[in-house]
Amino acid sequence: MRPSSAERASSGSFELFAWLFMRISGVILLGMAVFHLFYMHFVFGVERMNFNTIGARWQNPLWRVFDFFLLAFALFHGFNGLRVVLDDYLSQRPGWRVLAKTLVFVLVVGLMSIGGYVIFTFPAAANLAAVP
Amino acid sequence: MKAHFKIKRFNPEKDREPHWEEYELEVEPTERVLDALQTIKWEQDGTLTLRRSCAHGICGSDAMVINGKNRLACKTLIKDLGSHITVEPLRGLPVIKDLIIDFTDFFAKYRSIKPYFINDEPPPDVERRQSPRQRARFDDTTKCILCGICTTACPVFWADSRYLGPAAIVQAHRFLFDSRDQGAEERLPVLSAHGGVWKCRTVFNCTDACPQGIDVTGAIAEVKKLLLFRKL
Repeated sequence: MRPSSAERASSGSFELFAWLFMRISGVILLGMAVFHLFYMHFVFGVERMNFNTIGARWQNPLWRVFDFFLLAFALFHGFNGLRVVLDDYLSQRPGWRVLAKTLVFVLVVGLMSIGGYVIFTFPAAANLAAVP
Repeated sequence: MKAHFKIKRFNPEKDREPHWEEYELEVEPTERVLDALQTIKWEQDGTLTLRRSCAHGICGSDAMVINGKNRLACKTLIKDLGSHITVEPLRGLPVIKDLIIDFTDFFAKYRSIKPYFINDEPPPDVERRQSPRQRARFDDTTKCILCGICTTACPVFWADSRYLGPAAIVQAHRFLFDSRDQGAEERLPVLSAHGGVWKCRTVFNCTDACPQGIDVTGAIAEVKKLLLFRKL
Protein backbone atom coordinates (compact mmCIF):
# COMPACT_ATOMS: atom_id res chain seq x y z
CA MET A 1 0.00 0.00 0.00
CA ARG A 2 1.26 3.44 -0.83
CA PRO A 3 1.67 5.56 2.31
CA SER A 4 -1.14 8.10 2.62
CA SER A 5 -0.28 11.66 1.66
CA ALA A 6 -0.73 12.71 5.30
CA GLU A 7 1.70 10.04 6.45
CA ARG A 8 4.24 11.14 3.89
CA ALA A 9 3.87 14.82 4.64
CA SER A 10 4.21 14.30 8.38
CA SER A 11 7.30 12.13 8.10
CA GLY A 12 9.34 14.32 5.71
CA SER A 13 12.97 13.71 6.57
CA PHE A 14 12.25 12.54 10.10
CA GLU A 15 12.96 8.87 9.38
CA LEU A 16 16.20 9.78 7.62
CA PHE A 17 17.50 11.80 10.58
CA ALA A 18 16.27 9.20 13.09
CA TRP A 19 18.26 6.60 11.13
CA LEU A 20 21.35 8.85 11.05
CA PHE A 21 21.04 9.65 14.77
CA MET A 22 20.90 5.93 15.53
CA ARG A 23 24.23 5.33 13.73
CA ILE A 24 26.04 8.33 15.18
CA SER A 25 24.75 7.89 18.75
CA GLY A 26 25.54 4.18 18.54
CA VAL A 27 29.20 4.87 17.75
CA ILE A 28 29.44 7.60 20.41
CA LEU A 29 27.74 5.39 23.02
CA LEU A 30 30.12 2.57 22.28
CA GLY A 31 33.04 4.85 23.23
CA MET A 32 31.32 6.58 26.17
CA ALA A 33 29.71 3.51 27.74
CA VAL A 34 32.83 1.34 27.43
CA PHE A 35 34.95 4.17 28.86
CA HIS A 36 32.46 4.67 31.72
CA LEU A 37 32.40 0.96 32.53
CA PHE A 38 36.20 0.70 32.39
CA TYR A 39 36.74 3.86 34.47
CA MET A 40 34.19 3.04 37.18
CA HIS A 41 35.25 -0.57 37.60
CA PHE A 42 38.99 -0.59 37.04
CA VAL A 43 40.29 2.96 37.55
CA PHE A 44 37.88 4.29 40.18
CA GLY A 45 36.94 0.95 41.72
CA VAL A 46 33.43 -0.23 42.57
CA GLU A 47 34.24 -0.64 46.25
CA ARG A 48 34.93 3.12 46.59
CA MET A 49 31.73 4.10 44.78
CA ASN A 50 29.24 5.85 47.05
CA PHE A 51 27.20 9.01 47.39
CA ASN A 52 30.13 11.16 48.56
CA THR A 53 32.68 10.04 45.99
CA ILE A 54 30.27 10.62 43.13
CA GLY A 55 29.38 13.99 44.63
CA ALA A 56 33.05 14.84 44.86
CA ARG A 57 33.59 13.79 41.25
CA TRP A 58 30.94 16.27 40.15
CA GLN A 59 33.16 19.09 41.44
CA ASN A 60 34.66 18.87 38.00
CA PRO A 61 32.03 20.24 35.59
CA LEU A 62 33.45 18.09 32.77
CA TRP A 63 32.17 15.00 34.58
CA ARG A 64 28.71 16.56 34.74
CA VAL A 65 28.81 17.24 31.01
CA PHE A 66 30.05 13.69 30.33
CA ASP A 67 27.31 12.15 32.51
CA PHE A 68 24.65 14.35 30.92
CA PHE A 69 25.60 13.30 27.39
CA LEU A 70 25.91 9.64 28.37
CA LEU A 71 22.39 9.81 29.80
CA ALA A 72 20.96 11.73 26.84
CA PHE A 73 22.48 9.48 24.15
CA ALA A 74 21.51 6.29 26.00
CA LEU A 75 17.92 7.42 26.58
CA PHE A 76 17.24 8.73 23.08
CA HIS A 77 19.09 5.87 21.35
CA GLY A 78 16.99 3.44 23.38
CA PHE A 79 13.82 5.42 22.76
CA ASN A 80 14.29 5.41 19.00
CA GLY A 81 14.95 1.67 19.08
CA LEU A 82 11.72 1.08 20.99
CA ARG A 83 9.82 3.38 18.63
CA VAL A 84 10.95 1.28 15.67
CA VAL A 85 10.00 -1.98 17.42
CA LEU A 86 6.57 -0.60 18.39
CA ASP A 87 6.03 0.57 14.80
CA ASP A 88 6.60 -3.02 13.65
CA TYR A 89 4.66 -4.94 16.22
CA LEU A 90 1.70 -2.58 16.54
CA SER A 91 1.53 -1.81 12.80
CA GLN A 92 -2.03 -3.16 12.55
CA ARG A 93 -3.22 -1.31 15.69
CA PRO A 94 -2.87 2.42 15.12
CA GLY A 95 -4.54 3.38 18.44
CA TRP A 96 -2.28 1.18 20.58
CA ARG A 97 0.71 2.31 18.56
CA VAL A 98 0.13 6.00 19.27
CA LEU A 99 -0.60 5.26 22.93
CA ALA A 100 2.50 3.07 23.42
CA LYS A 101 4.80 5.52 21.65
CA THR A 102 3.39 8.44 23.64
CA LEU A 103 3.87 6.60 26.94
CA VAL A 104 7.47 5.70 26.11
CA PHE A 105 8.15 9.27 24.99
CA VAL A 106 6.72 10.73 28.22
CA LEU A 107 8.80 8.25 30.24
CA VAL A 108 11.99 9.19 28.34
CA VAL A 109 11.37 12.94 28.71
CA GLY A 110 10.59 12.39 32.41
CA LEU A 111 13.79 10.39 33.03
CA MET A 112 15.82 12.92 31.03
CA SER A 113 14.40 15.81 33.08
CA ILE A 114 15.04 14.12 36.43
CA GLY A 115 18.54 13.04 35.37
CA GLY A 116 19.42 16.44 33.91
CA TYR A 117 18.07 18.20 36.99
CA VAL A 118 20.20 16.09 39.33
CA ILE A 119 23.33 16.37 37.23
CA PHE A 120 23.21 20.16 36.94
CA THR A 121 21.79 21.20 40.31
CA PHE A 122 23.69 18.80 42.57
CA PRO A 123 25.43 20.94 45.23
CA ALA A 124 29.17 21.34 44.86
CA ALA A 125 31.35 19.35 47.25
CA ALA A 126 31.72 22.25 49.72
CA ASN A 127 28.06 21.84 50.68
CA LEU A 128 28.09 18.05 50.65
CA ALA A 129 28.06 17.76 54.43
CA ALA A 130 24.66 19.45 54.43
CA VAL A 131 23.25 16.83 52.10
CA PRO A 132 21.77 13.92 54.08
CA MET B 1 14.07 -42.58 -5.49
CA LYS B 2 11.04 -42.29 -3.22
CA ALA B 3 10.19 -38.76 -2.15
CA HIS B 4 7.95 -37.73 0.71
CA PHE B 5 6.19 -34.40 0.23
CA LYS B 6 4.46 -32.45 2.99
CA ILE B 7 2.44 -29.60 1.50
CA LYS B 8 0.54 -26.84 3.30
CA ARG B 9 -2.97 -26.79 1.86
CA PHE B 10 -5.73 -24.22 2.18
CA ASN B 11 -9.06 -24.16 0.41
CA PRO B 12 -10.93 -20.93 1.23
CA GLU B 13 -14.28 -22.59 0.42
CA LYS B 14 -13.80 -25.40 2.94
CA ASP B 15 -11.01 -24.64 5.41
CA ARG B 16 -10.78 -22.16 8.22
CA GLU B 17 -7.08 -22.75 8.77
CA PRO B 18 -4.37 -24.16 6.52
CA HIS B 19 -3.41 -27.81 7.14
CA TRP B 20 -0.66 -30.20 6.02
CA GLU B 21 -1.18 -33.00 3.54
CA GLU B 22 1.38 -35.67 2.69
CA TYR B 23 2.23 -37.38 -0.60
CA GLU B 24 4.65 -40.13 -1.61
CA LEU B 25 5.96 -40.49 -5.15
CA GLU B 26 8.76 -41.87 -7.29
CA VAL B 27 11.10 -39.14 -8.57
CA GLU B 28 14.46 -38.83 -10.25
CA PRO B 29 16.96 -37.04 -7.96
CA THR B 30 17.75 -34.69 -10.84
CA GLU B 31 14.13 -33.61 -11.16
CA ARG B 32 13.03 -30.26 -9.81
CA VAL B 33 10.52 -29.65 -7.01
CA LEU B 34 8.20 -28.19 -9.65
CA ASP B 35 8.22 -31.49 -11.57
CA ALA B 36 7.24 -33.38 -8.42
CA LEU B 37 4.45 -30.89 -7.59
CA GLN B 38 3.06 -31.25 -11.11
CA THR B 39 3.22 -35.04 -10.86
CA ILE B 40 1.27 -34.86 -7.59
CA LYS B 41 -1.30 -32.57 -9.21
CA TRP B 42 -1.63 -34.65 -12.37
CA GLU B 43 -1.52 -38.13 -10.86
CA GLN B 44 -2.57 -37.95 -7.19
CA ASP B 45 -4.58 -34.86 -6.30
CA GLY B 46 -5.95 -32.55 -8.99
CA THR B 47 -7.05 -30.00 -6.40
CA LEU B 48 -3.47 -29.01 -5.53
CA THR B 49 -3.18 -25.39 -6.66
CA LEU B 50 0.03 -23.63 -7.62
CA ARG B 51 1.34 -21.00 -10.02
CA ARG B 52 3.94 -21.70 -12.66
CA SER B 53 4.51 -20.32 -16.08
CA CYS B 54 7.86 -20.57 -17.84
CA ALA B 55 9.21 -23.26 -15.48
CA HIS B 56 12.76 -22.09 -16.23
CA GLY B 57 13.52 -19.55 -13.51
CA ILE B 58 12.72 -16.39 -15.42
CA CYS B 59 9.01 -15.63 -14.96
CA GLY B 60 9.10 -15.82 -11.16
CA SER B 61 5.66 -17.43 -10.77
CA ASP B 62 6.52 -20.49 -8.71
CA ALA B 63 8.13 -18.86 -5.68
CA MET B 64 7.30 -20.80 -2.51
CA VAL B 65 8.77 -21.84 0.81
CA ILE B 66 10.61 -25.12 0.25
CA ASN B 67 12.16 -26.79 3.30
CA GLY B 68 11.83 -23.51 5.19
CA LYS B 69 13.49 -21.27 2.61
CA ASN B 70 12.01 -19.07 -0.09
CA ARG B 71 12.92 -20.58 -3.47
CA LEU B 72 11.71 -21.01 -7.01
CA ALA B 73 10.32 -24.56 -7.35
CA CYS B 74 11.67 -24.70 -10.93
CA LYS B 75 15.24 -23.93 -9.84
CA THR B 76 15.38 -26.32 -6.89
CA LEU B 77 16.60 -29.85 -7.53
CA ILE B 78 15.26 -32.69 -5.39
CA LYS B 79 18.77 -34.13 -4.91
CA ASP B 80 19.77 -30.93 -3.10
CA LEU B 81 16.96 -31.36 -0.55
CA GLY B 82 16.86 -35.08 0.21
CA SER B 83 13.81 -37.33 0.28
CA HIS B 84 11.70 -35.33 2.79
CA ILE B 85 10.44 -32.07 1.32
CA THR B 86 8.03 -29.54 2.83
CA VAL B 87 6.32 -26.95 0.67
CA GLU B 88 4.40 -23.89 1.93
CA PRO B 89 3.11 -20.67 0.39
CA LEU B 90 5.26 -17.52 0.74
CA ARG B 91 4.87 -15.70 4.07
CA GLY B 92 3.66 -12.17 4.71
CA LEU B 93 0.95 -11.96 2.03
CA PRO B 94 -2.56 -13.45 2.18
CA VAL B 95 -3.03 -16.99 0.83
CA ILE B 96 -5.69 -17.33 -1.90
CA LYS B 97 -5.51 -21.11 -2.20
CA ASP B 98 -2.82 -23.70 -1.38
CA LEU B 99 0.47 -22.31 -2.72
CA ILE B 100 -1.02 -19.23 -4.38
CA ILE B 101 -0.71 -15.93 -2.55
CA ASP B 102 -2.33 -12.58 -3.27
CA PHE B 103 0.23 -10.25 -4.88
CA THR B 104 -2.08 -7.19 -5.04
CA ASP B 105 -0.28 -5.33 -2.22
CA PHE B 106 3.12 -6.34 -3.62
CA PHE B 107 2.38 -4.84 -7.04
CA ALA B 108 0.72 -1.72 -5.56
CA LYS B 109 4.02 -1.02 -3.79
CA TYR B 110 5.94 -1.83 -6.96
CA ARG B 111 3.88 0.75 -8.88
CA SER B 112 4.25 3.36 -6.13
CA ILE B 113 7.96 3.82 -6.91
CA LYS B 114 7.15 4.43 -10.62
CA PRO B 115 9.06 1.49 -12.13
CA TYR B 116 9.40 2.96 -15.61
CA PHE B 117 11.74 5.28 -17.47
CA ILE B 118 11.09 8.99 -16.78
CA ASN B 119 12.78 11.63 -18.93
CA ASP B 120 11.02 14.74 -20.20
CA GLU B 121 13.71 15.74 -22.68
CA PRO B 122 12.77 15.03 -26.30
CA PRO B 123 14.45 11.84 -27.53
CA PRO B 124 17.62 12.48 -29.58
CA ASP B 125 17.93 11.34 -33.23
CA VAL B 126 19.86 8.28 -32.16
CA GLU B 127 19.39 6.40 -28.88
CA ARG B 128 20.03 8.02 -25.47
CA ARG B 129 23.70 7.15 -25.10
CA GLN B 130 25.22 5.59 -22.06
CA SER B 131 28.79 4.49 -21.35
CA PRO B 132 29.45 0.85 -20.34
CA ARG B 133 30.38 2.19 -16.91
CA GLN B 134 27.07 4.05 -16.54
CA ARG B 135 25.25 0.90 -17.61
CA ALA B 136 27.18 -1.22 -15.12
CA ARG B 137 26.11 1.09 -12.28
CA PHE B 138 22.62 -0.45 -12.11
CA ASP B 139 23.26 -3.78 -13.86
CA ASP B 140 22.65 -5.89 -10.75
CA THR B 141 19.12 -4.59 -10.14
CA THR B 142 18.06 -5.10 -13.79
CA LYS B 143 18.11 -8.85 -13.06
CA CYS B 144 15.00 -8.72 -10.83
CA ILE B 145 12.18 -11.01 -12.03
CA LEU B 146 9.58 -9.77 -9.48
CA CYS B 147 9.05 -13.21 -7.98
CA GLY B 148 8.47 -11.69 -4.54
CA ILE B 149 10.96 -13.98 -2.79
CA CYS B 150 12.96 -11.12 -1.22
CA THR B 151 9.96 -9.18 0.08
CA THR B 152 8.32 -12.27 1.56
CA ALA B 153 11.61 -13.30 3.20
CA CYS B 154 11.90 -9.97 5.03
CA PRO B 155 10.95 -10.07 8.74
CA VAL B 156 10.29 -6.32 8.72
CA PHE B 157 7.71 -6.86 5.96
CA TRP B 158 6.13 -9.75 7.91
CA ALA B 159 5.73 -7.50 10.95
CA ASP B 160 4.73 -4.27 9.22
CA SER B 161 2.97 -4.49 5.88
CA ARG B 162 3.33 -0.72 5.43
CA TYR B 163 6.98 -1.37 4.44
CA LEU B 164 7.56 -1.10 0.67
CA GLY B 165 9.69 -4.24 0.82
CA PRO B 166 12.99 -5.09 -0.89
CA ALA B 167 11.55 -5.84 -4.36
CA ALA B 168 10.05 -2.35 -4.80
CA ILE B 169 13.29 -0.75 -3.61
CA VAL B 170 15.35 -2.89 -6.00
CA GLN B 171 13.14 -1.65 -8.85
CA ALA B 172 13.57 1.95 -7.68
CA HIS B 173 17.34 1.42 -7.61
CA ARG B 174 17.28 0.21 -11.20
CA PHE B 175 15.90 3.59 -12.36
CA LEU B 176 17.50 5.93 -9.79
CA PHE B 177 21.00 4.88 -10.86
CA ASP B 178 20.26 4.91 -14.59
CA SER B 179 22.08 7.95 -16.05
CA ARG B 180 19.24 8.46 -18.61
CA ASP B 181 16.47 8.62 -16.03
CA GLN B 182 15.25 11.86 -14.43
CA GLY B 183 12.48 10.55 -12.15
CA ALA B 184 14.36 10.80 -8.84
CA GLU B 185 12.23 13.71 -7.55
CA GLU B 186 9.08 11.64 -8.01
CA ARG B 187 10.47 8.44 -6.50
CA LEU B 188 12.53 9.64 -3.57
CA PRO B 189 9.65 11.00 -1.42
CA VAL B 190 8.02 7.55 -1.45
CA LEU B 191 11.35 5.86 -0.60
CA SER B 192 12.10 8.29 2.25
CA ALA B 193 8.64 8.16 3.81
CA HIS B 194 7.68 6.08 6.82
CA GLY B 195 7.37 2.77 4.94
CA GLY B 196 10.45 3.41 2.81
CA VAL B 197 14.10 2.39 2.92
CA TRP B 198 14.60 3.45 6.56
CA LYS B 199 12.57 0.45 7.68
CA CYS B 200 15.31 -1.86 6.36
CA ARG B 201 17.18 -3.36 9.30
CA THR B 202 19.85 -5.05 7.11
CA VAL B 203 18.77 -8.55 8.08
CA PHE B 204 20.10 -9.85 4.70
CA ASN B 205 17.28 -12.43 4.32
CA CYS B 206 16.46 -10.84 0.93
CA THR B 207 20.03 -11.12 -0.39
CA ASP B 208 20.25 -14.68 0.91
CA ALA B 209 17.03 -15.75 -0.79
CA CYS B 210 17.17 -13.93 -4.16
CA PRO B 211 17.16 -16.58 -6.93
CA GLN B 212 18.81 -14.10 -9.28
CA GLY B 213 21.72 -13.48 -6.90
CA ILE B 214 21.02 -9.76 -6.64
CA ASP B 215 22.76 -7.95 -3.77
CA VAL B 216 19.39 -6.69 -2.53
CA THR B 217 20.57 -5.33 0.83
CA GLY B 218 23.42 -3.54 -0.97
CA ALA B 219 20.96 -1.92 -3.38
CA ILE B 220 18.79 -0.73 -0.48
CA ALA B 221 21.91 0.68 1.21
CA GLU B 222 22.77 2.59 -1.98
CA VAL B 223 19.30 4.15 -2.05
CA LYS B 224 19.72 5.11 1.64
CA LYS B 225 23.07 6.72 0.83
CA LEU B 226 21.57 8.61 -2.10
CA LEU B 227 18.79 10.01 0.10
CA LEU B 228 21.21 10.86 2.91
CA PHE B 229 23.74 12.76 0.79
CA ARG B 230 21.01 14.70 -0.96
CA LYS B 231 19.90 15.97 2.44
CA LEU B 232 23.32 16.72 3.96
